[in-house]
Order: sequence, then structure tokens, then C-alpha cells
Amino acid sequence: MILLVPGSYYTGLSAVLFAIGVTGVLVRRNPLVIFMSIEVMLNAANLALVAFGAQFRNADGQVLVFFVMTVAAAEVAVGLAIIVAIFRLRPRLSVDDLSAMRW
Amino acid sequence: MQTAVFFAIAAIAVASALGLIVRRNPIHGALFLVVNLGSVAAIYLMLNAQFLAAAQVIIYAGAIMVLFVFAIMVLIPGKEETGPDPLRPFRLVAIPFGAFLLVEILLMLVVRPAPPREPPGAEGGAEAIGRLLFTDYLFPFELTSVLLLAALVGVLALAKRKA
Repeated sequence: MILLVPGSYYTGLSAVLFAIGVTGVLVRRNPLVIFMSIEVMLNAANLALVAFGAQFRNADGQVLVFFVMTVAAAEVAVGLAIIVAIFRLRPRLSVDDLSAMRW
Repeated sequence: MQTAVFFAIAAIAVASALGLIVRRNPIHGALFLVVNLGSVAAIYLMLNAQFLAAAQVIIYAGAIMVLFVFAIMVLIPGKEETGPDPLRPFRLVAIPFGAFLLVEILLMLVVRPAPPREPPGAEGGAEAIGRLLFTDYLFPFELTSVLLLAALVGVLALAKRKA
């Protein structure tokens, strides 16, 4: 199948999504929202991989995206368990309260 | 025609990602993220990656987001992120930084665009991916199972209450 939309549009969209994800991680205080912004960044990277794969008619990028999805699933499970364990007993849901490991 | 469809889906994706970082309520953020993941799946379909589109909807929009919503429901009662932000000026610096990063990446894409090349390659269906997974990428594929098992055991150890 021929790509009717230029490949740079897809990578451009991926760049925009990645920048939004970075901004979300830096701006927000809620650890869950920060985590979801990380998911947006992972998705942007996946989109770039698929776009380049389509441009070069190569399925290797899609295999890599498959692995990224698997690792993301494991990461979300472990990360959410850690967040729940940390914040279950705290009064506020804010990453600013986590300063125990700061020197 | 396809360009118009692309721009419509891209607008939905960008708007929902912005909604995620702008809305205060994390539940709204999670729902926006579902919309974002769905639109990215639609773009995978446009890129002829049908298998990944299905996997995206099942794994991300299905499994991972359910996990997120569960975590939000467990954590949220009475712990909203409210009140004045003591670090607000520092946080606002993040927006120009994000914009700078975006300009940087776009510049990189414009200055050195990938050369169009057409080697005889595979299509993006499930067959091509499956073939690659079980030939060239067999070892990483098997390692994935170890990773998932480790994550499973780790989460159980974290979630177990100390007696």
C-alpha cells in the first residue's frame, strides 16, 4: 500500500505528542497523571517507530513496538503498585511530598 | 481525502493529550488518555499496521487503562491535588522547555529527512510480525516472558500487606 500522507506528518505528530508528554511530566504534581504522561511519551515513540517502518517498508519497527507495549504493561503494573504502596498512608497525592531520598 | 482523515485524527490525539495534562481530576485525565490511545490506534491503521492497532486497543486502552482507573479509585479519596502550588514558578518554566524540545525535534526532522527508500520488505499484517517474532527476534521474545513473570512476582510482593 502506498502512503498517501507524507511520512513526515506522522513523525511530526509523534514529536508533538512527545513534547506534550514531557510537559505533563514536568508540570503536574499528581504521580498518577505523571505516569499517564509517560504513557503518552511511550506512545509517541511507538508512533515514530511505526511511521519509519511504513516509510521503509520494513516490519522490524513494528516488532519493536510490540516489545515496547509488553515492557510498558509490566512497567505500569509495577509502577502503580509502588505508587499505591507509597501514597496509601499519605494525606496528599503529590510528588513534592516525596523527599525522603533527597540529600 | 486521506490527509483530511489524518489531520482529523491528529487533532483528536493532540487535544486529548492536552486534556490529560490540563484537567485536574485524574479520572478525566485517564479518560482523555483512552481517547488518545484510540486515536493513535487509528493512525496505526492508516500506516497499515493492523496487528499493532488491535494490540494497542486491547493492551493499552483495555488492560493498562483499567489498571490506571483502579489505582486512581484506590488512591483518590480525599487526596485531590488542591491548594496553592509552592513550586509554581518553577513548574511554569517547564512549558517553554517543552516547546523548545518540540522545536528541536521538528528541526531535526526537517533538516535531515529520512530518504525515501523501497527495499523489498514485508507488509504490516500479523503474518509478517509473527514471522519476525519467531525467527529473528525469538530470543527477545522469550525474554519477554521472563520480564512479565518478574513483574508479576514483584507486584505481588509489593501489594502484599505485612502481617
